[in-house]
Amino acid sequence: MNLILFIFIVLLGFTSYYFGRKKAYTIQSTNKRLTALPQFYGYYLAIWCAIPAFIIFSLWAIFEPTIVKLLILSDYSNQGYLDDELNLIYEKTKALSRGQFTGEITPFIEASAEKYLSLRSIAQSSKAVIVLSIIIASVAYAYKKISSNSRTREPVEKFLKAVLFTASLAAILTTVGIVFSLIFQTIDFFKVIPLFDFVFGTHWYPAKAFVRDSSEALDPTMYSDTFGAVPIFAGTFFIAFIAMCVAIPIGLMSGIYLAEYASVKVRQYAKPLIEILAGIPTVVYGFFAALTVGPFLKEIGNSMGLDVSAESALAAGGVMGIMIIPFISSLSDDVITSVPQSLREGSYAMGATKSETIKKVIFPAALPGIVGSILLGVSRAIGETMIVVMASGLAANLTLNPLESTSTITAQIVVILIGDQAFGDPKTQAAFALGMSLFLVTLCLNIVALRVVKKYREKYE
Amino acid sequence: MNKNKEQLLNKRYKAEKRFRLYGQSAIFMALLFLTIFIFKIFSTGYSAFQKTWLIVPVTFDAELMMLEQNPSKEDLKDADYYDIALKSMADLDPNANEDQENELKRMVSYFFEREIKRELLNDPSLIGKTKDVYLTASDDLDQVFKGNYPRDLPEDQRRVTDYQLKIFDQLVELGKVESKFNLSFFTYPDSREAELAGIASSFMGSIFSILVCLMIAFPVAVLAAIYLEEFAPKNRFTDFIEVNINNLAAVPSIVFGLLGLGILLAVFQLPRSTPLVGGITLSLMTLPTIIIACRASLKAVPPSIREAALAMGASKMQTTMHHTVPLSMPGTLSGTIIGLAQALGETAPLILIGMVAFVNTIPGSPLDPAASLPVQIYIWAESAERGFVEKVSACIMVLLGFLIIMNLFAQIIRHKFEKKWS
Repeated sequence: MNLILFIFIVLLGFTSYYFGRKKAYTIQSTNKRLTALPQFYGYYLAIWCAIPAFIIFSLWAIFEPTIVKLLILSDYSNQGYLDDELNLIYEKTKALSRGQFTGEITPFIEASAEKYLSLRSIAQSSKAVIVLSIIIASVAYAYKKISSNSRTREPVEKFLKAVLFTASLAAILTTVGIVFSLIFQTIDFFKVIPLFDFVFGTHWYPAKAFVRDSSEALDPTMYSDTFGAVPIFAGTFFIAFIAMCVAIPIGLMSGIYLAEYASVKVRQYAKPLIEILAGIPTVVYGFFAALTVGPFLKEIGNSMGLDVSAESALAAGGVMGIMIIPFISSLSDDVITSVPQSLREGSYAMGATKSETIKKVIFPAALPGIVGSILLGVSRAIGETMIVVMASGLAANLTLNPLESTSTITAQIVVILIGDQAFGDPKTQAAFALGMSLFLVTLCLNIVALRVVKKYREKYE
Repeated sequence: MNKNKEQLLNKRYKAEKRFRLYGQSAIFMALLFLTIFIFKIFSTGYSAFQKTWLIVPVTFDAELMMLEQNPSKEDLKDADYYDIALKSMADLDPNANEDQENELKRMVSYFFEREIKRELLNDPSLIGKTKDVYLTASDDLDQVFKGNYPRDLPEDQRRVTDYQLKIFDQLVELGKVESKFNLSFFTYPDSREAELAGIASSFMGSIFSILVCLMIAFPVAVLAAIYLEEFAPKNRFTDFIEVNINNLAAVPSIVFGLLGLGILLAVFQLPRSTPLVGGITLSLMTLPTIIIACRASLKAVPPSIREAALAMGASKMQTTMHHTVPLSMPGTLSGTIIGLAQALGETAPLILIGMVAFVNTIPGSPLDPAASLPVQIYIWAESAERGFVEKVSACIMVLLGFLIIMNLFAQIIRHKFEKKWS
């Protein structure tokens, strides 16, 4: 129904474009000068068709469900139901009218489901009638309005500019969406679990927080010693640290080599090959870590008489390090190549060898940029999910032994939210609180890193 | 004094060589990882493209199938195939006792009677006759035949019994075991049985999500990039938008999953586990990538083009839409493809919006529940059966194949169509 209406409106838009242009040609044929190209007259009418349609559609989408709900629930209004029960009745009605209701069908609900369906069909047809009549009226009004000296290009361009501007708001909207989706659940979570317990508690057993019956009173003591996030934060930074131990030396050295030593030919082949590592999906790294690296490390450890977990932090961190190599190598490569040639030449002229020039002149000059690239790498390591979920443990141990298993923020979010979630349950809210802390940490890292890199760029431009 | 100088110089040259060696070994290490990686995936995955079949003589006994004389097509569809299927497996060893008959049954896939049914529906004249039918071997025997299964384990640690192995070896000797190209890997949906699991459902899920993502992210990103690069005034608000975009590009993907869960599913009540929600979530993730690529290629269009158009009397909007934007399209498109390739490999946000549900039907629209290729990799990798290991690798090969094609495509667009201004 909506689709047909939509197609109809699009067709109407095209027709109004055609009529607008035709009118422009008619004006032209009477030897009057036009103020814009004929197609602008067409666009002008098409916009007069699109805007009212858009407004009515959005108003309808906002108000129709609420009004239908009010009308349905007015039947139950003086029977003393609670708000929650009324909501439940409404959900049942909707499910029944869609034919997806499983459960006992009472005559009341059947009656309201019928009412619901008839209300919906009334709403649909009245929407079609209203939209079409208003569009036709507005297009007719605009059609009468355009004449030889009316302006059409300016409004059309203004409209386009407004559309462009709206699109650019998408980035802000996404950020707002992220903050909104996290903040309410997080606030609810901290109403039950004190912030202090979350930040400084050392026991994390979300499985203990079983799904609570909604009628049961909330008892905060039930959750004491359940949501202490220290082991998780520690695990996250520990695995990120292991990853950076692999990624920084290899990434930095290959970046330096590619920028300063490699011949054109080596650079041409080696650089894209290393960047392939960045294009491999993380789930593939996770599989690799879980299937190959983990058991391999375990075997080596056993042969040396060490007790190595098959899901050791070392396996996850090491593979994550490999994933981050290309980020650090290509960013530091960029940074080093943008150090002005004059610095190098000055150093060579003083008799320094190439490596001395790199270590004593170029590296200090490029340091801010390199630090920025490392910070971006750290932020990626902290936010990386699939490798940890698949290769590292899911139980949160507070340990600094790389051969044992630990867990991270991202892994815990996945563990808690995989499968069905009950919103309003402290366990689910805990995942959002973890997400919030992840977002904040990476946000700070990103802002600092981007600042540093930008400052550095400006210095040499 | 002179000798001292020479020593010092030698030391410095050695340090130079050492440093160079560090660089070379770093590159070598990175490439080594890549090689091990690709080798490992291919060596475990290639065998999944072959499937083992047992050739079993089946007697289409009308009585056992509860069929009347001259049955119609409908009768054939409703007939009971389980008994003849069971019997033909049991006939492989005439001396088998009841337990052994059960073991014989488990040598073929769980739905073996469907394969027998299909055979008869193709050729109804088979009733009363005996024919060799190809039956899918169970995933364990499949692995045995491919040599991936350790036969020397004690019997109680294997899922294949000694008896099954004995019969299987007899069949191999008789030439009744065949390995053929595994078409069902591409045409079947996911299944709990490794030998029947395919990537069709997750593949369609991926395609739908990527299409939704493209349809949302591409127009919005291009319009936003045009505004920011060509029209936006230099002020605080524009700076704020830019900071936002740069930040979003570095926000961990799982946070977008939380956004999808908290806003799209909880507030807007969109259907769970569907490519529609997956696509919208991915589009928010790809948005900054495309915006950045599009802005870069708009920036690369030289000002002379704009000035020429303006000098001919075009308005700012006409200049942008008729000249600047078309010239920037190759760069934008290749950036879009790279962004989509990233989205195609993304797993974590899709897991959070429920695209990990077990789906054993092939989705027909973005509103049907589905998985996606990377999520399928995750699901199979978490399964215990040995048969899934090679499936995971094969699925990775398919996914990597797509990513390579997309990246090559992006390269070609960039090199063939991008104008060089110099």
